[in-house]
Amino acid sequence: MDDVVIIGGGQAASACALRLRANGFEGRVAIYGAEPALPYQRPPLSKAYLKGRMEADRLLLRPAALYANLGIEIHSGVQALNLNTATRRVAMSDNANVPYGHLVLATGATPRRLPEAQGGGLENVFTLRSLSDADALRPHIRPGQRLLVVGGGYIGLEMAAVAARAGMEVTLIEAQPRILQRVAATETADAIRALHLREGVDLREGVSLDRLLGDGKRAGLAALSDGSAVGVDLVVVGIGVTANEQLARNAGLSVQNGILTDGQCRAFAPGIYAAGDCAVFPFRGQPTRLESVQNACDQGEYVADHICGTAKGPYAPQPWFWSDQFDSSLKIAGLNRGHDRVIRRVGEKPGAESIWYYAGETFLAVDALDDPRAYMMGKRWLAEGVSPDPKALADPSIPLKTIGLLTQTAESTA
Amino acid sequence: MITLTFIEPDGTAKPVSVAPGLTLMEAAMRNNIRGVVAECGGQCSCATCHMQIDAAYFDRVGAPVDDEEDMLDFAEERGETSRLGCQVEIEDSFDGMVIRIPSVQG
Ligand SMILES: Cc1cc2nc3c(=O)[nH]c(=O)nc-3n(C[C@H](O)[C@H](O)[C@H](O)COP(=O)(O)OP(=O)(O)OC[C@H]3O[C@@H](n4cnc5c(N)ncnc54)[C@H](O)[C@@H]3O)c2cc1C
Ligand code: FES
Repeated sequence: MDDVVIIGGGQAASACALRLRANGFEGRVAIYGAEPALPYQRPPLSKAYLKGRMEADRLLLRPAALYANLGIEIHSGVQALNLNTATRRVAMSDNANVPYGHLVLATGATPRRLPEAQGGGLENVFTLRSLSDADALRPHIRPGQRLLVVGGGYIGLEMAAVAARAGMEVTLIEAQPRILQRVAATETADAIRALHLREGVDLREGVSLDRLLGDGKRAGLAALSDGSAVGVDLVVVGIGVTANEQLARNAGLSVQNGILTDGQCRAFAPGIYAAGDCAVFPFRGQPTRLESVQNACDQGEYVADHICGTAKGPYAPQPWFWSDQFDSSLKIAGLNRGHDRVIRRVGEKPGAESIWYYAGETFLAVDALDDPRAYMMGKRWLAEGVSPDPKALADPSIPLKTIGLLTQTAESTA
Repeated sequence: MITLTFIEPDGTAKPVSVAPGLTLMEAAMRNNIRGVVAECGGQCSCATCHMQIDAAYFDRVGAPVDDEEDMLDFAEERGETSRLGCQVEIEDSFDGMVIRIPSVQG
């Protein structure tokens, strides 16, 4: 009984395993991950690593020796094929049939692909999720070549920024009326759009891809919904991800846009938890799935604490996220879901600004663009569950540290 | 290789042998030093790799600038010799340095 089997060798898996040992857990801890590499960081794949400014071994979260010293087994390149919740065993691609006391599903997510009919199968069409994706993509980032990015979310925008800086001719299309439609306010999108336009990216919003045309092997032309066509040497598709829930679904667990869990990260079957990009959990009364390093780490650690009996209360994350584009750094604290207004604050340094999200009098989140001070202050206020006075925030002459709080405290994040 | 000693939040001293060229954050992560979170993996975006540098060595390490200074300005337990570990590349001259990890990160 006293063992933990973790499926998926990513950020959540690593955080969970390390925390189990930090908590003094002495039973077997084994990670089974489909990718060939040890657990690594994905964020640099669309940033420093893609630029060629970071060596692959620096992507690793921890070296092999550290896991070995802690007695954490890592079975890389092994996929879990079938989960039997009655016999409490997982059948693996290397033919092992592994028994578990506790099972942690940390299977992450898979990028959505362009349908074949639109040209998704052509060889110069890529998605960006894994180290092998990044390695395959990198040689195609060459000056003078034409890149089409499909999708104006963070990964698409980061891809466009790296490519534009590398001297590519970049077109980015977003089917929604604006970039970052799902995740950020108009004000934040405006600032990010301005960055890209300044750097020469041909950014088109409300425009979708009809189909890629080519010689049957490679895409050479993209027909767009606005009736235009752009020549392409490379296409990168960044239209979101779907949770890796197949293993759970086939085992009869509840899944809906991810593996459903209760407030304590337990999937609805004895001994089974889910953490990271694959997991849906209740957050402020709504089923929620986050795709961030913060959530992968915190949920992985929460599960470890829960197994060890040291978790305090339900999983109550403090969400945060970052994105680097060109020379700018966007840092986001909180989750803006349910906001009904935003306050824009001009920062102290040139180019610095922050967008503060409120639902009524409750402060929910801040997007800080080249404004680490606003990010840090916002993060602190969120952790304390307090709401800064929006009128004072809107006035750049009032220093952040002296801004008063509304008497009403923010709702508990639980 | 040089030797650094990390003092974990509970006071445990952990000497580690590291190669110059890595950052202090990487040295801590590779040696499982408690209290270092480093969520952003070294992008100067999270301030969860906060460390306090041996005063005797601080000249060699240098003071934080720009974004790092702004992040630290709002960090918990900011001290005179605070740095974000991911922004400090280890040099030979750091041999023997002691680094204290604060009890809260961020
Ligand atoms: C290019 C890119 C940039 C990003 N940038 C940021 C950023 O700036 N900030 C941020 O906070 N987040 C960012 N993210 C998101 C962040 O990386 C993810 O949220 C995080 O990696 C999720 O961790 P995870 O452990 O849940 O899943 P993953 O890291 O995806 O790991 C899951 C692993 O499980 C494996 N697996 C799946 N099914 C099975 C199976 N049946 N058997 C065995 N193994 C299996 C997968 O192959 C994968 O290796 C970025 C992501 C990408 C791709
Ligand atoms: S690791 Fe995030 S700021 Fe240093």
